[in-house]
Amino acid sequence: MTAPEPQSPFAAPWEAQVFALVVALQEAGLFTWSEWADALGRTIRPEGEGEQAADYGCWLQTLERLLAERGVADAARLDALTAAWQRAAHATPHGQPILLANDPAGAA
Amino acid sequence: MAHDHGHSAPHHHGGDHDHGSDLAPVEARVRALESLLVEKGYVDPAALDALVEMYETKVGPHLGARVVARAWVDPAYRERLLADATPAIAELGIGGRGGEHMVVVENTPETHNMVVCTLCSCYPWPVLGLPPVWYKAPAYRARAVIDPRGVLEEFGVALPATTRIAVWDSTAETRFMVLPMRPAGTEGLTEEALASLVTRDAMIGTGLALAPGGKSKP
Repeated sequence: MTAPEPQSPFAAPWEAQVFALVVALQEAGLFTWSEWADALGRTIRPEGEGEQAADYGCWLQTLERLLAERGVADAARLDALTAAWQRAAHATPHGQPILLANDPAGAA
Repeated sequence: MAHDHGHSAPHHHGGDHDHGSDLAPVEARVRALESLLVEKGYVDPAALDALVEMYETKVGPHLGARVVARAWVDPAYRERLLADATPAIAELGIGGRGGEHMVVVENTPETHNMVVCTLCSCYPWPVLGLPPVWYKAPAYRARAVIDPRGVLEEFGVALPATTRIAVWDSTAETRFMVLPMRPAGTEGLTEEALASLVTRDAMIGTGLALAPGGKSKP
């Protein structure tokens, strides 16, 4: 990590995944870039709190809200899948790729 | 990661225990979101990988630097670029998402231009790649408008008091890029050598093009 360039624009793989999801969904017509910018602008200005950085954590929050509003992904289903991914991770030996199929509960 | 080891006693018993992997909560959440969207047919995993690869390796400020260098050496191109940036940039094979309507503003001894997105983090992706962290921070969003000269000083840019500073607010519809001034002493340089003097910050307007020796010029 000492080479100054080329630098990844993403600090972690999940940031890249969130970015790619947003771009792909915009291209699939789920929202326009203006709708996205407005929604992101709301996320980074939470009521009663100071303005936040428009980082990928805010992208994730914004994406979840838009998907819930459009009836694509509700929070309960996402919570269940998140737990399934955690179980799959715990069941995967270090160094091996984590796959949802490794969830011992097989809920997904 | 290392602090995961050493808590529990039974972890030296061989390979058959439950010493699995861990996902940070946000990593698990994003994986959940992605698997749900793949399952529902909204996204294709291969297309997601291709997108990430493109923004990690192909799109970046080196593309904007080509545009700037061309404008420096070709006055007719410069005019087309300032009149209608999107097609002029497309002449160099550069364009695509986040650059549907680009506007290029030109620095002169009288006017220095600087770009911000006061709403969130709108940025001209096709020519600059994805924005740096500071561009997305509330401090820059606010202060670029209120005190642009102070912000420039923090970036090490001191402009003559007579130079006016114009701040442009990028949106999802219109994204701005700065055409910096060509540094002195670059008359003999090739277009490629000129492009190497054009930094990302110079095209946001928080920097200047480098002098041929590699140092930032006033």
